[in-house]
Amino acid sequence: MTQGKEMVRVANGQGFWGDSILGAVRLTEEGPLDYLTLDYLAEVTMSIMQKLRSRDPKKGYATDFVALIDRILPRMVEKNIKVIANAGGVNPHACKDAIMAVLKKHGQTGIGVAVVEGDDILGQLDALMATGEEFRNMDTGELLRTVRSQVTSANAYLGAFPIAQALDQGAQIVITGRGTDPGLVLGPLIHEFGWKTSDLDQLAAGTVAGHIVECGVQCTGGNFTDWKSIPNMAMLGYPIIEAHRDGTFVVTKHDGTGGRVDRATVTHQLAYEMGDPARYITPDVIADFTSFELEEIGPDRVRVRGVRGLPATDTYKVSMSYEDGWKSVGQLTVSGPDALAKARLCSEVVWKRLEFDGYTYSPEERLVEYVGAGVCHAGMLPADTPEPAEVVLRLGVKGPDREKVARFGSELVPLVTSGPPGVTGFAGGRPKATEIIGFWPALMDKSKIETRVTLFQS
Amino acid sequence: MPVVSLSRIAQARSGDKGEGSNVGVIARSEEAYRFLKQHLTAEVVKAHFAQVNHGSVQRFEADNMRVLNFLLEDSLGGGGSASLITDAQGKTHGLAMLRLQMDVPQAVLDATPHPA
Repeated sequence: MTQGKEMVRVANGQGFWGDSILGAVRLTEEGPLDYLTLDYLAEVTMSIMQKLRSRDPKKGYATDFVALIDRILPRMVEKNIKVIANAGGVNPHACKDAIMAVLKKHGQTGIGVAVVEGDDILGQLDALMATGEEFRNMDTGELLRTVRSQVTSANAYLGAFPIAQALDQGAQIVITGRGTDPGLVLGPLIHEFGWKTSDLDQLAAGTVAGHIVECGVQCTGGNFTDWKSIPNMAMLGYPIIEAHRDGTFVVTKHDGTGGRVDRATVTHQLAYEMGDPARYITPDVIADFTSFELEEIGPDRVRVRGVRGLPATDTYKVSMSYEDGWKSVGQLTVSGPDALAKARLCSEVVWKRLEFDGYTYSPEERLVEYVGAGVCHAGMLPADTPEPAEVVLRLGVKGPDREKVARFGSELVPLVTSGPPGVTGFAGGRPKATEIIGFWPALMDKSKIETRVTLFQS
Repeated sequence: MPVVSLSRIAQARSGDKGEGSNVGVIARSEEAYRFLKQHLTAEVVKAHFAQVNHGSVQRFEADNMRVLNFLLEDSLGGGGSASLITDAQGKTHGLAMLRLQMDVPQAVLDATPHPA
Protein backbone atom coordinates (compact mmCIF):
# COMPACT_ATOMS: atom_id res chain seq x y z
CA MET A 1 0.00 0.00 0.00
CA THR A 2 1.11 3.54 -0.68
CA GLN A 3 -1.01 4.99 2.16
CA GLY A 4 1.13 6.69 4.75
CA LYS A 5 3.73 8.15 2.37
CA GLU A 6 5.15 11.46 3.53
CA MET A 7 5.75 12.90 0.07
CA VAL A 8 4.15 12.11 -3.28
CA ARG A 9 5.38 13.11 -6.74
CA VAL A 10 2.73 14.02 -9.31
CA ALA A 11 3.61 15.25 -12.80
CA ASN A 12 1.76 16.46 -15.85
CA GLY A 13 3.00 15.25 -19.21
CA GLN A 14 0.22 16.40 -21.54
CA GLY A 15 -1.13 19.93 -21.21
CA PHE A 16 -3.76 19.95 -23.94
CA TRP A 17 -5.18 18.17 -26.98
CA GLY A 18 -2.33 18.01 -29.49
CA ASP A 19 0.56 18.35 -27.01
CA SER A 20 3.79 16.45 -27.71
CA ILE A 21 4.04 12.78 -26.74
CA LEU A 22 7.61 13.44 -25.55
CA GLY A 23 6.50 15.00 -22.25
CA ALA A 24 5.01 11.82 -20.88
CA VAL A 25 7.75 9.64 -22.33
CA ARG A 26 10.51 11.75 -20.77
CA LEU A 27 8.80 12.01 -17.37
CA THR A 28 8.82 8.22 -17.02
CA GLU A 29 12.52 8.08 -17.93
CA GLU A 30 14.22 11.18 -16.49
CA GLY A 31 13.70 10.67 -12.75
CA PRO A 32 11.48 9.45 -9.92
CA LEU A 33 7.69 9.72 -10.25
CA ASP A 34 4.58 8.34 -8.55
CA TYR A 35 1.76 9.70 -10.69
CA LEU A 36 1.61 10.86 -14.28
CA THR A 37 -1.41 12.99 -15.24
CA LEU A 38 -2.47 13.66 -18.84
CA ASP A 39 -5.02 16.12 -20.18
CA TYR A 40 -6.41 15.35 -23.64
CA LEU A 41 -9.61 17.39 -23.74
CA ALA A 42 -10.35 20.85 -25.05
CA GLU A 43 -13.81 22.36 -25.30
CA VAL A 44 -14.22 21.56 -28.99
CA THR A 45 -12.76 18.07 -28.56
CA MET A 46 -15.89 16.64 -26.94
CA SER A 47 -18.03 17.63 -29.91
CA ILE A 48 -15.58 16.08 -32.39
CA MET A 49 -15.48 12.91 -30.31
CA GLN A 50 -19.30 12.67 -30.21
CA LYS A 51 -19.29 12.88 -33.99
CA LEU A 52 -16.66 10.14 -34.30
CA ARG A 53 -18.61 7.93 -31.91
CA SER A 54 -21.88 8.39 -33.80
CA ARG A 55 -20.14 7.02 -36.91
CA ASP A 56 -18.31 4.21 -35.09
CA PRO A 57 -19.31 2.99 -31.58
CA LYS A 58 -15.67 2.04 -30.90
CA LYS A 59 -14.46 5.63 -31.30
CA GLY A 60 -14.85 8.90 -29.38
CA TYR A 61 -11.79 8.89 -27.13
CA ALA A 62 -8.16 10.09 -27.37
CA THR A 63 -6.36 7.46 -29.42
CA ASP A 64 -3.02 9.22 -28.73
CA PHE A 65 -3.29 7.90 -25.17
CA VAL A 66 -3.33 4.29 -26.34
CA ALA A 67 -0.19 4.83 -28.41
CA LEU A 68 1.45 6.50 -25.41
CA ILE A 69 0.70 3.62 -23.01
CA ASP A 70 2.06 1.20 -25.59
CA ARG A 71 5.31 3.18 -25.51
CA ILE A 72 5.71 3.84 -21.75
CA LEU A 73 4.21 0.63 -20.30
CA PRO A 74 7.54 -1.08 -19.48
CA ARG A 75 8.70 1.97 -17.45
CA MET A 76 5.30 2.36 -15.77
CA VAL A 77 5.44 -1.20 -14.53
CA GLU A 78 9.12 -1.09 -13.54
CA LYS A 79 8.71 2.12 -11.51
CA ASN A 80 5.10 1.50 -10.44
CA ILE A 81 3.95 4.80 -11.94
CA LYS A 82 0.20 5.34 -11.91
CA VAL A 83 -1.41 7.16 -14.81
CA ILE A 84 -4.50 9.37 -14.69
CA ALA A 85 -5.87 10.62 -18.01
CA ASN A 86 -9.09 12.22 -19.20
CA ALA A 87 -8.49 10.33 -22.46
CA GLY A 88 -11.90 8.62 -22.21
CA GLY A 89 -13.56 11.52 -24.00
CA VAL A 90 -17.17 10.55 -24.67
CA ASN A 91 -16.42 6.81 -24.82
CA PRO A 92 -14.26 5.83 -21.82
CA HIS A 93 -15.13 2.11 -22.07
CA ALA A 94 -13.89 1.94 -25.65
CA CYS A 95 -10.71 3.64 -24.46
CA LYS A 96 -10.41 1.07 -21.65
CA ASP A 97 -10.87 -1.79 -24.15
CA ALA A 98 -8.07 -0.40 -26.31
CA ILE A 99 -5.79 -0.07 -23.25
CA MET A 100 -6.62 -3.66 -22.22
CA ALA A 101 -5.53 -4.83 -25.67
CA VAL A 102 -2.19 -3.04 -25.21
CA LEU A 103 -1.69 -4.63 -21.77
CA LYS A 104 -2.43 -8.04 -23.28
CA LYS A 105 -0.01 -7.44 -26.12
CA HIS A 106 2.73 -6.71 -23.57
CA GLY A 107 1.76 -9.79 -21.51
CA GLN A 108 0.94 -7.62 -18.48
CA THR A 109 -1.67 -9.26 -16.25
CA GLY A 110 -3.18 -8.05 -13.01
CA ILE A 111 -3.00 -4.35 -13.82
CA GLY A 112 -6.05 -2.42 -12.62
CA VAL A 113 -7.70 -0.09 -15.11
CA ALA A 114 -10.53 2.08 -13.79
CA VAL A 115 -13.18 4.03 -15.69
CA VAL A 116 -14.76 7.15 -14.19
CA GLU A 117 -18.17 8.04 -15.67
CA GLY A 118 -21.12 10.31 -15.13
CA ASP A 119 -19.88 13.47 -16.83
CA ASP A 120 -21.61 12.79 -20.16
CA ILE A 121 -25.16 14.12 -19.81
CA LEU A 122 -26.01 14.45 -23.51
CA GLY A 123 -28.51 11.58 -23.34
CA GLN A 124 -30.19 12.95 -20.20
CA LEU A 125 -30.39 16.57 -21.30
CA ASP A 126 -34.16 16.66 -21.91
CA ALA A 127 -34.89 14.72 -18.73
CA LEU A 128 -32.73 17.17 -16.77
CA MET A 129 -34.48 20.15 -18.40
CA ALA A 130 -37.81 18.58 -17.39
CA THR A 131 -36.64 18.65 -13.74
CA GLY A 132 -36.13 22.42 -14.00
CA GLU A 133 -32.53 22.73 -15.15
CA GLU A 134 -32.47 25.71 -17.53
CA PHE A 135 -28.78 25.50 -18.45
CA ARG A 136 -28.62 29.26 -18.81
CA ASN A 137 -25.53 30.37 -20.72
CA MET A 138 -23.12 31.67 -18.08
CA ASP A 139 -21.86 34.42 -20.40
CA THR A 140 -25.07 35.60 -22.09
CA GLY A 141 -27.84 34.47 -19.72
CA GLU A 142 -29.76 32.83 -22.59
CA LEU A 143 -31.79 29.65 -22.03
CA LEU A 144 -30.50 26.42 -23.55
CA ARG A 145 -33.80 25.76 -25.31
CA THR A 146 -32.91 28.44 -27.88
CA VAL A 147 -30.17 26.14 -29.27
CA ARG A 148 -31.29 22.76 -27.84
CA SER A 149 -31.78 21.11 -31.24
CA GLN A 150 -28.20 22.00 -32.28
CA VAL A 151 -26.46 20.59 -29.17
CA THR A 152 -23.81 18.00 -30.05
CA SER A 153 -22.16 17.34 -26.69
CA ALA A 154 -22.87 18.05 -23.02
CA ASN A 155 -20.47 17.21 -20.20
CA ALA A 156 -20.20 18.17 -16.55
CA TYR A 157 -16.77 18.97 -15.15
CA LEU A 158 -16.43 16.30 -12.45
CA GLY A 159 -14.15 16.77 -9.47
CA ALA A 160 -11.24 14.83 -7.99
CA PHE A 161 -13.00 12.44 -5.59
CA PRO A 162 -14.05 9.84 -8.20
CA ILE A 163 -10.38 9.67 -9.30
CA ALA A 164 -9.30 9.10 -5.68
CA GLN A 165 -11.95 6.39 -5.40
CA ALA A 166 -10.56 4.64 -8.49
CA LEU A 167 -7.08 4.69 -6.96
CA ASP A 168 -8.47 3.45 -3.61
CA GLN A 169 -9.80 0.42 -5.51
CA GLY A 170 -6.28 -0.34 -6.75
CA ALA A 171 -6.22 1.12 -10.26
CA GLN A 172 -2.87 1.79 -11.90
CA ILE A 173 -4.51 3.47 -14.88
CA VAL A 174 -7.50 5.76 -14.40
CA ILE A 175 -9.49 6.78 -17.48
CA THR A 176 -11.99 9.62 -17.15
CA GLY A 177 -14.15 11.73 -19.41
CA ARG A 178 -14.65 15.44 -18.72
CA GLY A 179 -13.35 16.63 -15.35
CA THR A 180 -11.52 19.67 -14.07
CA ASP A 181 -7.87 19.87 -15.09
CA PRO A 182 -6.58 20.43 -11.52
CA GLY A 183 -8.64 17.41 -10.40
CA LEU A 184 -6.23 15.10 -12.24
CA VAL A 185 -3.56 16.14 -9.70
CA LEU A 186 -5.82 16.58 -6.67
CA GLY A 187 -7.28 13.05 -7.09
CA PRO A 188 -4.08 11.15 -6.27
CA LEU A 189 -3.37 13.47 -3.30
CA ILE A 190 -6.82 12.76 -1.83
CA HIS A 191 -6.08 9.05 -2.26
CA GLU A 192 -2.59 9.19 -0.74
CA PHE A 193 -3.31 11.48 2.19
CA GLY A 194 -6.92 10.54 2.91
CA TRP A 195 -8.13 14.14 2.61
CA LYS A 196 -11.87 14.57 3.24
CA THR A 197 -14.37 16.96 1.61
CA SER A 198 -14.05 19.08 4.75
CA ASP A 199 -10.24 19.46 4.43
CA LEU A 200 -10.74 22.68 2.51
CA ASP A 201 -7.21 24.10 2.77
CA GLN A 202 -5.66 20.83 1.59
CA LEU A 203 -8.14 20.47 -1.28
CA ALA A 204 -7.39 24.07 -2.26
CA ALA A 205 -3.64 23.37 -2.10
CA GLY A 206 -4.02 20.35 -4.40
CA THR A 207 -6.10 22.51 -6.73
CA VAL A 208 -3.44 25.23 -6.88
CA ALA A 209 -0.82 22.52 -7.52
CA GLY A 210 -2.98 21.13 -10.32
CA HIS A 211 -3.44 24.58 -11.86
CA ILE A 212 0.34 25.17 -11.85
CA VAL A 213 1.13 21.97 -13.79
CA GLU A 214 -2.02 21.65 -15.94
CA CYS A 215 -0.40 23.26 -18.99
CA GLY A 216 2.79 21.24 -18.74
CA VAL A 217 5.95 23.24 -19.41
CA GLN A 218 4.16 26.59 -19.20
CA CYS A 219 5.39 26.66 -15.57
CA THR A 220 8.99 25.64 -16.31
CA GLY A 221 9.96 28.24 -18.91
CA GLY A 222 7.61 27.72 -21.83
CA ASN A 223 5.75 30.83 -23.05
CA PHE A 224 7.80 32.94 -20.59
CA THR A 225 8.17 36.73 -20.99
CA ASP A 226 11.98 36.78 -20.63
CA TRP A 227 12.43 33.93 -23.09
CA LYS A 228 16.10 34.67 -23.79
CA SER A 229 16.94 33.69 -20.22
CA ILE A 230 15.48 30.17 -20.52
CA PRO A 231 18.16 27.48 -20.92
CA ASN A 232 17.71 24.49 -23.25
CA MET A 233 14.20 25.27 -24.54
CA ALA A 234 14.22 22.11 -26.68
CA MET A 235 14.37 19.92 -23.58
CA LEU A 236 12.20 21.91 -21.14
CA GLY A 237 11.64 19.81 -18.05
CA TYR A 238 8.03 18.81 -17.38
CA PRO A 239 6.67 19.97 -14.02
CA ILE A 240 6.51 17.79 -10.93
CA ILE A 241 4.63 18.50 -7.70
CA GLU A 242 6.16 17.12 -4.51
CA ALA A 243 3.13 17.17 -2.26
CA HIS A 244 2.90 16.76 1.50
CA ARG A 245 0.06 15.69 3.77
CA ASP A 246 -0.48 19.16 5.25
CA GLY A 247 -1.03 20.69 1.80
CA THR A 248 2.43 22.23 1.43
CA PHE A 249 4.02 21.39 -1.91
CA VAL A 250 7.13 22.07 -3.98
CA VAL A 251 7.09 22.69 -7.74
CA THR A 252 10.15 21.22 -9.44
CA LYS A 253 11.39 19.27 -12.49
CA HIS A 254 13.76 16.40 -13.09
CA ASP A 255 17.52 17.07 -12.79
CA GLY A 256 19.35 17.81 -16.02
CA THR A 257 16.29 18.91 -17.98
CA GLY A 258 15.97 22.32 -19.66
CA GLY A 259 14.04 25.35 -18.54
CA ARG A 260 13.73 26.79 -15.05
CA VAL A 261 11.44 26.63 -12.03
CA ASP A 262 11.49 29.84 -10.04
CA ARG A 263 9.05 32.34 -8.61
CA ALA A 264 8.61 34.02 -11.98
CA THR A 265 7.98 30.92 -14.11
CA VAL A 266 5.50 29.55 -11.55
CA THR A 267 3.74 32.90 -11.17
CA HIS A 268 3.35 33.11 -14.96
CA GLN A 269 1.30 29.93 -14.91
CA LEU A 270 -0.65 30.88 -11.79
CA ALA A 271 -1.80 34.02 -13.60
CA TYR A 272 -2.84 32.03 -16.69
CA GLU A 273 -6.65 31.88 -17.14
CA MET A 274 -6.94 32.75 -13.46
CA GLY A 275 -10.08 34.92 -13.46
CA ASP A 276 -10.93 36.18 -9.97
CA PRO A 277 -7.93 35.03 -7.90
CA ALA A 278 -9.87 35.03 -4.64
CA ARG A 279 -12.46 32.60 -5.99
CA TYR A 280 -11.03 29.88 -8.21
CA ILE A 281 -14.05 27.59 -8.35
CA THR A 282 -13.93 23.80 -8.81
CA PRO A 283 -16.49 21.16 -7.83
CA ASP A 284 -14.26 20.20 -4.87
CA VAL A 285 -13.43 23.55 -3.30
CA ILE A 286 -13.08 27.28 -3.93
CA ALA A 287 -9.35 27.97 -3.86
CA ASP A 288 -8.07 31.39 -2.80
CA PHE A 289 -5.11 32.24 -5.03
CA THR A 290 -4.40 35.36 -2.94
CA SER A 291 -3.76 33.34 0.22
CA PHE A 292 -0.48 31.51 -0.27
CA GLU A 293 3.22 32.22 -0.17
CA LEU A 294 5.74 31.34 -2.91
CA GLU A 295 9.33 30.74 -1.88
CA GLU A 296 12.42 29.72 -3.83
CA ILE A 297 14.03 27.06 -1.62
CA GLY A 298 16.70 25.79 -4.01
CA PRO A 299 17.63 25.59 -7.68
CA ASP A 300 14.45 24.78 -9.66
CA ARG A 301 12.45 24.38 -6.45
CA VAL A 302 9.55 26.65 -5.46
CA ARG A 303 7.59 25.93 -2.28
CA VAL A 304 3.93 26.90 -1.98
CA ARG A 305 2.35 27.03 1.45
CA GLY A 306 -0.56 28.57 3.27
CA VAL A 307 -3.21 27.90 0.60
CA ARG A 308 -6.72 28.58 1.90
CA GLY A 309 -9.95 27.04 0.65
CA LEU A 310 -13.67 27.80 0.94
CA PRO A 311 -16.53 25.29 0.73
CA ALA A 312 -17.48 24.17 -2.78
CA THR A 313 -20.66 25.40 -4.45
CA ASP A 314 -23.64 23.08 -4.99
CA THR A 315 -23.37 23.24 -8.79
CA TYR A 316 -21.33 21.58 -11.51
CA LYS A 317 -20.13 23.55 -14.48
CA VAL A 318 -21.41 21.99 -17.68
CA SER A 319 -19.72 22.46 -21.01
CA MET A 320 -21.91 22.03 -24.08
CA SER A 321 -21.17 22.39 -27.74
CA TYR A 322 -23.64 23.12 -30.50
CA GLU A 323 -23.73 23.63 -34.26
CA ASP A 324 -23.37 27.36 -34.79
CA GLY A 325 -23.03 27.85 -38.56
CA TRP A 326 -20.12 27.78 -41.00
CA LYS A 327 -16.84 29.54 -41.57
CA SER A 328 -14.08 29.68 -44.14
CA VAL A 329 -10.66 31.32 -43.87
CA GLY A 330 -7.90 31.51 -46.45
CA GLN A 331 -4.65 33.32 -46.97
CA LEU A 332 -2.25 34.54 -49.63
CA THR A 333 1.18 36.08 -49.31
CA VAL A 334 1.74 39.45 -50.96
CA SER A 335 5.37 40.52 -51.49
CA GLY A 336 6.68 44.08 -51.71
CA PRO A 337 7.25 46.63 -52.99
CA ASP A 338 4.07 48.20 -51.63
CA ALA A 339 3.00 44.94 -49.96
CA LEU A 340 0.38 46.52 -47.74
CA ALA A 341 -1.22 48.65 -50.48
CA LYS A 342 -1.40 45.64 -52.79
CA ALA A 343 -2.88 43.44 -50.06
CA ARG A 344 -5.56 46.08 -49.46
CA LEU A 345 -6.38 46.09 -53.17
CA CYS A 346 -6.57 42.27 -53.20
CA SER A 347 -9.07 42.34 -50.35
CA GLU A 348 -11.23 44.94 -52.15
CA VAL A 349 -11.12 42.90 -55.37
CA VAL A 350 -12.32 39.72 -53.65
CA TRP A 351 -15.34 41.38 -52.02
CA LYS A 352 -16.24 43.23 -55.28
CA ARG A 353 -16.15 40.04 -57.36
CA LEU A 354 -18.30 38.22 -54.81
CA GLU A 355 -20.75 41.12 -54.78
CA PHE A 356 -20.89 41.03 -58.60
CA ASP A 357 -22.03 37.41 -58.30
CA GLY A 358 -24.68 38.27 -55.71
CA TYR A 359 -22.79 37.38 -52.53
CA THR A 360 -22.47 40.13 -49.93
CA TYR A 361 -21.19 39.68 -46.40
CA SER A 362 -21.77 42.11 -43.54
CA PRO A 363 -18.74 43.51 -41.65
CA GLU A 364 -19.58 41.15 -38.74
CA GLU A 365 -19.52 38.18 -41.10
CA ARG A 366 -16.15 38.85 -42.65
CA LEU A 367 -12.51 39.10 -41.67
CA VAL A 368 -9.67 41.04 -43.26
CA GLU A 369 -6.21 40.79 -41.70
CA TYR A 370 -2.85 41.99 -42.98
CA VAL A 371 -0.57 39.69 -41.00
CA GLY A 372 2.83 41.32 -40.63
CA ALA A 373 1.41 44.81 -40.46
CA GLY A 374 0.28 44.78 -36.82
CA VAL A 375 -2.66 42.37 -36.52
CA CYS A 376 -2.09 40.95 -33.03
CA HIS A 377 -1.23 44.31 -31.48
CA ALA A 378 -3.47 46.60 -33.53
CA GLY A 379 -3.26 50.21 -32.46
CA MET A 380 -0.28 49.62 -30.16
CA LEU A 381 2.71 49.91 -32.51
CA PRO A 382 4.94 53.00 -32.59
CA ALA A 383 4.09 55.47 -35.38
CA ASP A 384 7.51 55.02 -36.99
CA THR A 385 7.11 51.25 -37.47
CA PRO A 386 8.45 50.54 -40.98
CA GLU A 387 6.23 49.03 -43.67
CA PRO A 388 6.64 45.23 -43.84
CA ALA A 389 8.56 43.68 -46.78
CA GLU A 390 5.68 41.26 -47.29
CA VAL A 391 2.21 40.73 -45.87
CA VAL A 392 0.05 37.66 -45.39
CA LEU A 393 -3.49 38.57 -46.45
CA ARG A 394 -5.98 36.58 -44.40
CA LEU A 395 -9.60 36.77 -45.47
CA GLY A 396 -12.54 34.91 -43.99
CA VAL A 397 -16.31 34.77 -43.71
CA LYS A 398 -18.83 33.11 -41.43
CA GLY A 399 -22.58 32.67 -41.28
CA PRO A 400 -25.48 30.23 -41.12
CA ASP A 401 -25.58 29.52 -44.90
CA ARG A 402 -23.03 26.89 -45.88
CA GLU A 403 -23.22 27.56 -49.61
CA LYS A 404 -22.67 31.29 -49.15
CA VAL A 405 -19.68 30.65 -46.90
CA ALA A 406 -18.22 28.12 -49.35
CA ARG A 407 -18.65 30.50 -52.32
CA PHE A 408 -16.16 32.92 -50.78
CA GLY A 409 -13.37 30.34 -50.96
CA SER A 410 -13.37 30.20 -54.74
CA GLU A 411 -12.51 33.91 -55.21
CA LEU A 412 -9.24 33.92 -53.26
CA VAL A 413 -6.84 31.80 -55.30
CA PRO A 414 -7.71 33.51 -58.66
CA LEU A 415 -5.96 36.64 -57.34
CA VAL A 416 -2.64 35.01 -58.23
CA THR A 417 -3.26 35.81 -61.90
CA SER A 418 -5.92 38.50 -61.65
CA GLY A 419 -4.61 40.88 -59.01
CA PRO A 420 -1.48 43.00 -58.49
CA PRO A 421 1.92 41.32 -59.00
CA GLY A 422 3.74 39.38 -56.29
CA VAL A 423 0.83 37.34 -54.94
CA THR A 424 1.77 33.79 -53.93
CA GLY A 425 1.45 31.16 -51.19
CA PHE A 426 -1.74 29.49 -52.40
CA ALA A 427 -0.45 25.94 -51.90
CA GLY A 428 -3.37 24.99 -49.65
CA GLY A 429 -5.76 25.51 -52.55
CA ARG A 430 -9.33 26.69 -52.08
CA PRO A 431 -10.36 27.30 -48.47
CA LYS A 432 -13.29 25.06 -47.49
CA ALA A 433 -16.36 25.78 -45.40
CA THR A 434 -16.03 24.16 -41.97
CA GLU A 435 -18.52 23.88 -39.15
CA ILE A 436 -18.46 26.36 -36.28
CA ILE A 437 -18.79 24.58 -32.97
CA GLY A 438 -20.41 26.94 -30.47
CA PHE A 439 -19.57 26.66 -26.81
CA TRP A 440 -22.30 26.87 -24.15
CA PRO A 441 -21.14 27.03 -20.54
CA ALA A 442 -23.81 26.51 -17.86
CA LEU A 443 -24.32 25.39 -14.28
CA MET A 444 -26.46 22.56 -12.93
CA ASP A 445 -27.46 21.05 -9.60
CA LYS A 446 -24.70 18.70 -8.40
CA SER A 447 -27.09 16.22 -6.79
CA LYS A 448 -28.55 15.27 -10.17
CA ILE A 449 -25.33 13.69 -11.39
CA GLU A 450 -24.22 10.26 -10.31
CA THR A 451 -20.57 9.41 -10.84
CA ARG A 452 -19.54 5.78 -11.35
CA VAL A 453 -16.15 4.17 -10.89
CA THR A 454 -15.57 0.69 -12.33
CA LEU A 455 -12.37 -1.31 -11.96
CA PHE A 456 -11.16 -3.86 -14.54
CA GLN A 457 -8.15 -6.18 -14.30
CA SER A 458 -5.89 -7.10 -17.19
CA MET B 1 9.61 61.09 -15.29
CA PRO B 2 11.12 58.60 -17.73
CA VAL B 3 8.76 57.04 -20.26
CA VAL B 4 9.30 53.27 -20.48
CA SER B 5 7.47 50.24 -21.84
CA LEU B 6 5.55 48.28 -19.23
CA SER B 7 7.91 45.39 -20.09
CA ARG B 8 10.69 47.25 -18.21
CA ILE B 9 8.91 46.73 -14.87
CA ALA B 10 6.54 43.80 -15.48
CA GLN B 11 6.07 40.42 -17.15
CA ALA B 12 2.81 39.01 -18.51
CA ARG B 13 0.97 35.83 -19.52
CA SER B 14 -2.34 35.66 -21.36
CA GLY B 15 -4.90 33.18 -22.63
CA ASP B 16 -8.57 32.77 -23.50
CA LYS B 17 -11.44 32.93 -21.06
CA GLY B 18 -14.73 32.40 -22.90
CA GLU B 19 -15.20 35.15 -25.48
CA GLY B 20 -12.54 37.28 -23.84
CA SER B 21 -8.96 37.04 -22.69
CA ASN B 22 -7.26 36.83 -19.31
CA VAL B 23 -4.11 38.93 -19.09
CA GLY B 24 -1.99 38.54 -15.96
CA VAL B 25 0.60 41.26 -15.30
CA ILE B 26 3.44 40.28 -12.97
CA ALA B 27 5.44 43.15 -11.42
CA ARG B 28 9.21 42.68 -11.41
CA SER B 29 9.58 44.23 -7.91
CA GLU B 30 7.50 45.27 -4.89
CA GLU B 31 8.03 48.92 -5.85
CA ALA B 32 6.83 48.24 -9.38
CA TYR B 33 3.78 46.42 -8.01
CA ARG B 34 2.84 49.34 -5.77
CA PHE B 35 3.22 51.73 -8.72
CA LEU B 36 1.18 49.52 -11.08
CA LYS B 37 -1.56 48.96 -8.53
CA GLN B 38 -2.09 52.70 -8.58
CA HIS B 39 -1.53 53.46 -12.27
CA LEU B 40 -2.32 50.36 -14.33
CA THR B 41 -6.07 50.74 -13.94
CA ALA B 42 -8.83 48.98 -15.86
CA GLU B 43 -9.45 52.29 -17.69
CA VAL B 44 -5.82 52.55 -18.85
CA VAL B 45 -5.91 48.95 -20.09
CA LYS B 46 -9.25 49.45 -21.84
CA ALA B 47 -7.83 52.44 -23.75
CA HIS B 48 -4.63 50.55 -24.65
CA PHE B 49 -6.61 47.61 -26.10
CA ALA B 50 -9.21 49.83 -27.83
CA GLN B 51 -8.67 48.21 -31.26
CA VAL B 52 -8.50 44.66 -29.87
CA ASN B 53 -11.12 44.51 -27.12
CA HIS B 54 -14.72 45.56 -27.74
CA GLY B 55 -16.05 44.95 -24.23
CA SER B 56 -15.38 45.98 -20.67
CA VAL B 57 -12.17 45.42 -18.69
CA GLN B 58 -12.16 44.03 -15.16
CA ARG B 59 -9.14 44.10 -12.83
CA PHE B 60 -8.27 41.75 -9.95
CA GLU B 61 -5.34 41.93 -7.53
CA ALA B 62 -3.18 39.17 -6.02
CA ASP B 63 -0.68 40.92 -3.72
CA ASN B 64 0.99 37.65 -2.73
CA MET B 65 2.13 37.07 -6.33
CA ARG B 66 2.50 40.77 -7.30
CA VAL B 67 -0.08 40.09 -10.01
CA LEU B 68 -2.72 42.35 -11.49
CA ASN B 69 -5.12 40.19 -13.48
CA PHE B 70 -7.23 41.69 -16.24
CA LEU B 71 -10.27 40.20 -17.95
CA LEU B 72 -10.91 41.64 -21.42
CA GLU B 73 -14.54 40.82 -22.07
CA ASP B 74 -14.71 40.73 -25.88
CA SER B 75 -11.24 40.46 -27.40
CA LEU B 76 -11.22 37.22 -29.41
CA GLY B 77 -13.50 37.93 -32.36
CA GLY B 78 -16.26 35.75 -30.92
CA GLY B 79 -14.10 33.20 -29.14
CA GLY B 80 -13.63 29.47 -29.58
CA SER B 81 -14.26 27.99 -32.98
CA ALA B 82 -16.54 30.89 -34.03
CA SER B 83 -13.61 33.28 -34.26
CA LEU B 84 -11.94 34.05 -37.59
CA ILE B 85 -9.05 36.12 -36.24
CA THR B 86 -5.43 34.97 -36.03
CA ASP B 87 -5.11 35.26 -32.25
CA ALA B 88 -8.41 33.63 -31.31
CA GLN B 89 -6.98 32.52 -27.94
CA GLY B 90 -5.50 35.85 -26.84
CA LYS B 91 -2.05 34.28 -26.60
CA THR B 92 -0.38 37.54 -27.69
CA HIS B 93 -2.35 39.86 -25.40
CA GLY B 94 0.26 39.58 -22.63
CA LEU B 95 2.95 40.98 -24.90
CA ALA B 96 0.45 43.53 -26.23
CA MET B 97 -0.03 44.71 -22.65
CA LEU B 98 3.73 45.04 -22.17
CA ARG B 99 3.92 47.48 -25.11
CA LEU B 100 2.08 50.07 -23.01
CA GLN B 101 4.16 53.23 -22.56
CA MET B 102 4.13 54.59 -19.00
CA ASP B 103 5.67 57.48 -17.06
CA VAL B 104 7.54 55.65 -14.31
CA PRO B 105 9.35 57.42 -11.44
CA GLN B 106 13.14 56.92 -11.45
CA ALA B 107 12.97 55.48 -7.91
CA VAL B 108 10.71 52.66 -9.15
CA LEU B 109 13.06 51.93 -12.05
CA ASP B 110 16.09 51.93 -9.74
CA ALA B 111 14.40 49.40 -7.45
CA THR B 112 13.37 47.10 -10.32
CA PRO B 113 15.78 44.66 -11.97
CA HIS B 114 16.13 44.88 -15.75
CA PRO B 115 14.57 42.11 -17.89
CA ALA B 116 16.91 39.14 -18.25
